[in-house]
Amino acid sequence: MQVNENNFRPKIVAFCCNWCSYAGADLAGTNRLNYPADVKIIRVPCSCRVNPMFILRAFQRGADGVIMCGCHPGDCHYTSGNYFARRRMTLLFSMLDYMGIERERTRVEWVSAAEGAKFAATMNEFVETVTALGENKRLEDLRCKSKQ
Amino acid sequence: MQRIGVFVCHCGTNIAATVDVKAVAEAMKNEPGVVFSVDYQYMCSEAGQNLIQDTIKEQKLTGVVVCSCSPRMHEATFRKAAAKAGINSYMVEIANIREQCSWIHKDIMTATEKAIILARTAVAKVQLNAPLTPGESPVTKRALVIGGGIAGIQTALDIAEAGFDVDIVEKQPTIGGKMTQIDKTFPTLDCAACILTPKMVDCAQNEKIHIYAYSEVESVSGFVGNFTVKIKKKARYVDTTKCTGCGICTEKCPKKSVPNEFNLGMDNRRAIYIPFAQAVPKVATIDADNCNMLKNGKCGVCAKVCTAGAIDYKQQDEIIEEQYGAIVAATGYNPISLEKYDEFAYSQSKDVVTSLEFERLTNAAGPTSGQLLRPSDGKHPHTIVFVQCVGSRDTSGCGKEYCSKICCMYTAKHAMLTREKYPDTDVYVFYIDVRTPGKLFDEFYRRAVEQYGVHYIKGMVGKVAPRADGKLLVQASDLIANEQLHIEADMVVLAAAIEPDKSARSIATMLTASMDTNDFFTEAHPKLRPVESPTAGVFLSGVCQGPKDIPETVSQASAAAAKVIGLLSKDKLTCNPCVAHSDELMCNGCSACEKVCPYGAITYSDKEFRQPDRTVAIRRVASVNEAVCQGCGACTVACPSGAMDLKGFSNKQIMAEVDAICK
Repeated sequence: MQVNENNFRPKIVAFCCNWCSYAGADLAGTNRLNYPADVKIIRVPCSCRVNPMFILRAFQRGADGVIMCGCHPGDCHYTSGNYFARRRMTLLFSMLDYMGIERERTRVEWVSAAEGAKFAATMNEFVETVTALGENKRLEDLRCKSKQ
Repeated sequence: MQRIGVFVCHCGTNIAATVDVKAVAEAMKNEPGVVFSVDYQYMCSEAGQNLIQDTIKEQKLTGVVVCSCSPRMHEATFRKAAAKAGINSYMVEIANIREQCSWIHKDIMTATEKAIILARTAVAKVQLNAPLTPGESPVTKRALVIGGGIAGIQTALDIAEAGFDVDIVEKQPTIGGKMTQIDKTFPTLDCAACILTPKMVDCAQNEKIHIYAYSEVESVSGFVGNFTVKIKKKARYVDTTKCTGCGICTEKCPKKSVPNEFNLGMDNRRAIYIPFAQAVPKVATIDADNCNMLKNGKCGVCAKVCTAGAIDYKQQDEIIEEQYGAIVAATGYNPISLEKYDEFAYSQSKDVVTSLEFERLTNAAGPTSGQLLRPSDGKHPHTIVFVQCVGSRDTSGCGKEYCSKICCMYTAKHAMLTREKYPDTDVYVFYIDVRTPGKLFDEFYRRAVEQYGVHYIKGMVGKVAPRADGKLLVQASDLIANEQLHIEADMVVLAAAIEPDKSARSIATMLTASMDTNDFFTEAHPKLRPVESPTAGVFLSGVCQGPKDIPETVSQASAAAAKVIGLLSKDKLTCNPCVAHSDELMCNGCSACEKVCPYGAITYSDKEFRQPDRTVAIRRVASVNEAVCQGCGACTVACPSGAMDLKGFSNKQIMAEVDAICK
């Protein structure tokens, strides 16, 4: 993993749907599969609950990367939620890209409840990518920066 | 302002070994709204729960954060505890510091830091929690079982026994499933038909059970207690109410060369057929792809010979809609296709058969009337080689990585029965491991080796080469003697891996039940809730959940039935209160939410609103039917005016979580 001089650790917010990905993350834990502590998970009922506002807010508050995980297409607990999520995120990510938030800072991944290994692998990979990109300064609102 | 209590669990050493729990509890004391913070060995224990309850009362807490294992594990436990102490159970939030923190990190510093952030996030969320009251929904007291094999039959019988109506949907013309094709069952050597067919008849005669044979599930909507299912009754071209099952049509039909599925294509049936003598329901079915009358209008023999007048060439598929309170998936399995295993010459020689085909060759109702004869020339085989793990425990990507579980035992059975009936036949079994965990299983296997003299050889078969003289040259390695073997066999039997039935995937999608990477249904908890799907109201029975033998299948089927009975015996179910809610003052009536709602839970109505200038305006606004809403939140994001929000996962709550993480 590429770590730059001042030991930069990214802040990463992961939105996980309750039915597949959150359970997948739990399974990664049960199987003691390591991934960096930089990832913090927010549980949502479905990936379609993830409002683009939440992602903008995260970047504004200083997140360096945001990943959204849901059930595989066709396997959504609510039948079609992840399709909505996929469309919304495609639009949002291209807009963020246009605004100068690198495409690699955002990601959508489908992780089922049985894919603990995939969850851990995805997080390792994502953290590595975001670490290489360095700090996100483009959208960060300096007024929100913590005092430390 | 909330008065929040934080309870940090050690979980023995599960959390405490990598997270400094005392530091987490200490750090939480400085969070806004937190009036009490403590760590304890086991929060889920009775003493731990008492600690929470006493503190709620003493400190007059309005909100609780428990830093412990996953909310999927103990959220319900802590909510119940809080409710007992007199606060609303939805004022509890869990910070997952075990599965998503202590178990994945090794460094105490990092893990503690992360645990503090996760706890802070939960505190930030609980600040904005509001008390929620679950609603109630009625329960339709009828169950649906998808699949009519031994799993489905046992589940249906048990549910009917408890006094509830139950329907079986089976895609084949008869119920019975794979067990009808099996000759004897291990380890007792009971005849499969003798123990199965009475159960099939019981199903047919039980007035609580309705069998939709030759039918498929078309669509499923609704939710636990209130499923609406469309069932397609495929056209049999035979009126099932008139057909007596006499079988004259199946003898007179001139189309004689249709491969018989029941005997796995080893003999032929007619275009109109009854799968086997004990079929339930015992009625004829016309195979439309092979019937001359249906294909080109020339024939009509069956209609002429049918004394009951049951033949109806104009019959159409019929769609039936039914309501159910619970659904059981019992979709079963199939042996895998062996096209990727051509080294065993399955496609090149008729004498290389799968174990299920071998089962038919030894069955009295099979193509050879139970005589073990080579399919190629009808001669008695003198050397038989059994190959284990064909496609099972295969990490090469060609087959399945899992163990199919039943092959070791049925191969021991085949080998033993062959030696018993034909002592002049040499029987070789090539295996990787022999796995016989089960009551009387190992004794059975040892009998095959010691009493019946079956040659068990540890090693895999590399190649089967058919020779011009009809013999099969088997090249194999004996790993224990460390030598190469060349066996001239008359027959080779392949223990093909089993896989979930192909229809399971589409059924899982309809049920919104999750599956693993092998297409087996996932259980709600691998140890503690093995017969329930994570989707409420959907239960699992038999091999659709994972490979298992008949006794295990029957146990699981009865267990699933018990769960269904438990559900159906309730008059009302409490609904999830985390549902969408529309703020009518903000709603502009655009219908965006209605379009994305998968459940049709959103309706519009005109309502009167007092304007600031004291006039009354009528506006079209959305309202959510809380009994129908499942709480996915799709509408909350679609809503352009921000009127729609989700209780328990509100915009403000999630934003607060984001802020707490990014702080």
